[in-house]
Amino acid sequence: MTNTGHYNFETRKLLSSTINTEKMSREQLAVQRARKSFQTGKSKPLEYRLHQLKSLLRFITERRRDIADAVKRDLGKSENGTELFETLGLEGEIKLAVEKLAEWAAPRPVEKNLLTITDEVYVQPEPLGVVLIIGAWNYPWAVTLQPLVAAIAAGNAAIIKPSEVSSHSSKVMEELLPQYLDKDLYPVVTGGVSETQELLKQRFDHVFYTGSGTVGKIVMEAAARHLTPVTLELGGKSPCYIDKNCDISMACRRITWGKFVNCGQTCIAPDFVLCEPSIQSRVVEEIKKCIKEFYTENPETFEDYGRIINQHHFKRLMGLMEGNTVAVGGGSDESQCYIAPTVLKDVTAESNVMKEEIFGPLLPIITVSGVDEAIQFINEREKPLVLYIFSNDNKLIKRVIAETSSGALLANDCLVHFTVSALPFGGVGKSGMGCYHGRHGFNQLSHLRSCLIKQLNMEAFNNMRYPPHTAKKLGWARFFLLKQVNVGLLRRMALLAALAGLAAFVVQRFLQWG
Amino acid sequence: MERQAVQRAREAFLSGRARLVEFRLQQLHGLKRMITENETEISTALKQDINRSQYDTPLLELIGIECEIKLAIEKVAEWAAPRSVERNFLTISDEVYVQPEPLGVVLIIGAWNYPWALTLLPLVGAIAAGNAAVVKPSELSECSSLLLRALLPRYLDKDLYPVITGGVSETQELLRLRFDHVFYTGSGSVGKKVMEAAARHLTPVTLELGGKSPCYIDKNCDIRVACRRITWGKFVNCGQTCIAPDFILCEPCIQGRVVECLRLTLLEFYGADPKCSPDYGRIINTRHFNRVMGLMEGYTPVIGGQSDASQRYIAPTVLKDVPPHSRLMQDEIFGPLLPIVAVSDMDDAIRFINEREKPLALYIFCSDKKAAKRMIEETSSGGVVVNDVMMHYTLSSLPFGGVGQSGMGRYHGKHSFDQLSHQRACLVRSLGMENVNLSRYPPQDRRRARRVRMALKSPLIDMSKRTFVWAVTATVICFGLAVALLVILLIAAGLNCTCWYWRGFYNYW
Repeated sequence: MTNTGHYNFETRKLLSSTINTEKMSREQLAVQRARKSFQTGKSKPLEYRLHQLKSLLRFITERRRDIADAVKRDLGKSENGTELFETLGLEGEIKLAVEKLAEWAAPRPVEKNLLTITDEVYVQPEPLGVVLIIGAWNYPWAVTLQPLVAAIAAGNAAIIKPSEVSSHSSKVMEELLPQYLDKDLYPVVTGGVSETQELLKQRFDHVFYTGSGTVGKIVMEAAARHLTPVTLELGGKSPCYIDKNCDISMACRRITWGKFVNCGQTCIAPDFVLCEPSIQSRVVEEIKKCIKEFYTENPETFEDYGRIINQHHFKRLMGLMEGNTVAVGGGSDESQCYIAPTVLKDVTAESNVMKEEIFGPLLPIITVSGVDEAIQFINEREKPLVLYIFSNDNKLIKRVIAETSSGALLANDCLVHFTVSALPFGGVGKSGMGCYHGRHGFNQLSHLRSCLIKQLNMEAFNNMRYPPHTAKKLGWARFFLLKQVNVGLLRRMALLAALAGLAAFVVQRFLQWG
Repeated sequence: MERQAVQRAREAFLSGRARLVEFRLQQLHGLKRMITENETEISTALKQDINRSQYDTPLLELIGIECEIKLAIEKVAEWAAPRSVERNFLTISDEVYVQPEPLGVVLIIGAWNYPWALTLLPLVGAIAAGNAAVVKPSELSECSSLLLRALLPRYLDKDLYPVITGGVSETQELLRLRFDHVFYTGSGSVGKKVMEAAARHLTPVTLELGGKSPCYIDKNCDIRVACRRITWGKFVNCGQTCIAPDFILCEPCIQGRVVECLRLTLLEFYGADPKCSPDYGRIINTRHFNRVMGLMEGYTPVIGGQSDASQRYIAPTVLKDVPPHSRLMQDEIFGPLLPIVAVSDMDDAIRFINEREKPLALYIFCSDKKAAKRMIEETSSGGVVVNDVMMHYTLSSLPFGGVGQSGMGRYHGKHSFDQLSHQRACLVRSLGMENVNLSRYPPQDRRRARRVRMALKSPLIDMSKRTFVWAVTATVICFGLAVALLVILLIAAGLNCTCWYWRGFYNYW
């Protein structure tokens, strides 16, 4: 039994009675503990946030082995692969947050107008409260903990719900994270669909979801019931256009890397290739060469080539291959959930493989007559999470940018925009809403509160807004509201005038000495 | 009919003309002309809707809209330009920037209390960002909504910015359709429905809702001035303002003084009989009139309390010693009733505020800046104003919006533009410099991982042109100042080599 003594918004009654906590589910308890802990104000001071962030960093460095082990069992990824794709980025985010936190959390002064020229005007970032972070299974650590970095930096409490599909990582997170972070403020809640649904019934101050669009809709609908804002990092089919006049072997190297990393299970992987028929065979050849270079003749035995997460996805991917011409690879082993790096050529737009996000090591090539048809093809479909274009022609690149839309655009490489923390990472349309990384994550999980601090003097000035109204008063109001004054410029000119005055004074004195 | 209008708007958007900056400017100029050329008609419509005085219309709505349009016209080219971002070692020779882009077709659902400002301010943002917009004004402010439907097509592109009038069923029909953003101003209960409908299409939303905005008066401040400002904010538009101070919190010892000051100010503003004042408004309709009257039941006001159902008139009313759990203190009042709730001190007030939902605005009247800042620190709200009410609305550099139940998202000025744009991350690399990439390819080993770590660890560098120009200018100025200082020191030391030069200079004078 717990005595809460707070105001219940649903029943409009002041609850001084006790709540029967035995009847509350595990999820409800975790959320309630996190909220109470947040309300004590513990997570607000910067020192506390820095302490938690540094502990998180220690967790990643000290438990490197455990994390790599878990990822190997979940996705077949090598230890070095885990470091490169999961923990390195995470470390970078934490270090950036630690370095910049004081700057991000400080009041941000804004431009004033004539009416507020003597007032203090600024935007104050504040924590939102309790954030729900629902992670994904493809990069179980990066995609679950990077939003956590933003949540901690912004001063929130956070419920972490890792994906049950990456079961080993989720178990390790549940066991080890509480040894480094505050147990009440940042609880890890594991479980499947029903636990997630139970969580989504609770009230949060923000929900951060990474995963598929179908579940994204359910998450947003659940959040709507409490008027909770959401960040949805979804997916889509990220097109990759190769211009016939570019360095095709270099382009294919980068595409091969981007596609087959994590066995194609990356939300920003190039989903399919668009190119002219004349270069299709060259593209196939180059990719074949790169696959051999990266993953050896037999990727199945190669340490740095991963596996499909589970049987369900394995079967789904095998189904997508049906009816298409395999140009490279195509081999598989159900017992290991292994699918070889595969390229499909002459794929049609109506084929199964073009109906949903592939999320696997199948790379279809669709031929288009040129960049016009490519742009048309892209615009006929939902806005993707990222658009890739390989070309030496800057004008062509700019044209594609102007005539299409996507979460992000990357020219002449794959995936690396994820590592530039100054770039906002997120989707648009069906590929998601909201963004994060670096300062954007901090802003996303903060409330940027407008603050205007005036004085109680100069009341005569306000008379123009008070009734009884007259035309003359209105004239003054119009003047003060409409006259746009660049206060910054005025200040600089005043400073310049003062300096000039000082200089004149100094020169004059100097002349007197002489 | 709604479906067709939205379809036409989408086709018009896909034609690409809304994207061109010249087109956006042209439309914004058109909107400005609409406001300036039709001020009389707009005032008449508002008088019929809500008995808004002829001066309050420009003061509260039209000047603000004009201001936003002027700002957008001046700044749209700047806002729409690519925004460079800091780079790291890996991307030092690349083009890295954020490109703002239009979202597509935006649905704007307006409110009835400021039918022009709350419908057109989001429209300014939508046009500036290059979107098409379906405008759905509130049916409760009927005259304004019909006038808007008549006027807008005369000044703006008919297909890109259609006005759809109608009630609940037309709104529901609209919400079934797919948009690229929904901008809603109104109550929380409808806000939930809007967000649920938007969720079905994964459409992002901006919800400008409301709540009970508390107003704390510290016992040691200038109560007379505080009450003047509060009176203005509360009774403007007959209390039907989302950021009106909803209720007052103060210590019992100053309650009497507060009531007196409010009484004197009301006399000054609206005269002995506010019903006859041309500047005092009316309640929008009978349903809301009855709602507000119902809130007063069981309480004896210390000021006002009179009403006239035929005119939907409720006198400016103040109630004191209101218990925290009374009906008056449950929902947003949105009317000319000002309850005063007693609290023992500032800490009690903070506790009171924190026990309730985060409001759209918090007002603090206090001479002690430190105490005011503490109150800001220990509470949360959409916005906060110290020693005045509502003025944060007039400064377009401040983001205007709620938090928690008072809303999500924000707008005004550049924030409107950003809210209704997609900030697309762009990274343009070259196909050369492959050496930099070698460490990331398999086979992975520790040495390669270490190289990648080093490349990613590098600090972020701001390579924008503005920083470069500033750096060069600063260097030149500092160098110049250093030289000047050196010369002055040399002269002061009386060195012969420079003396004759300056003597010559002096003789010249």
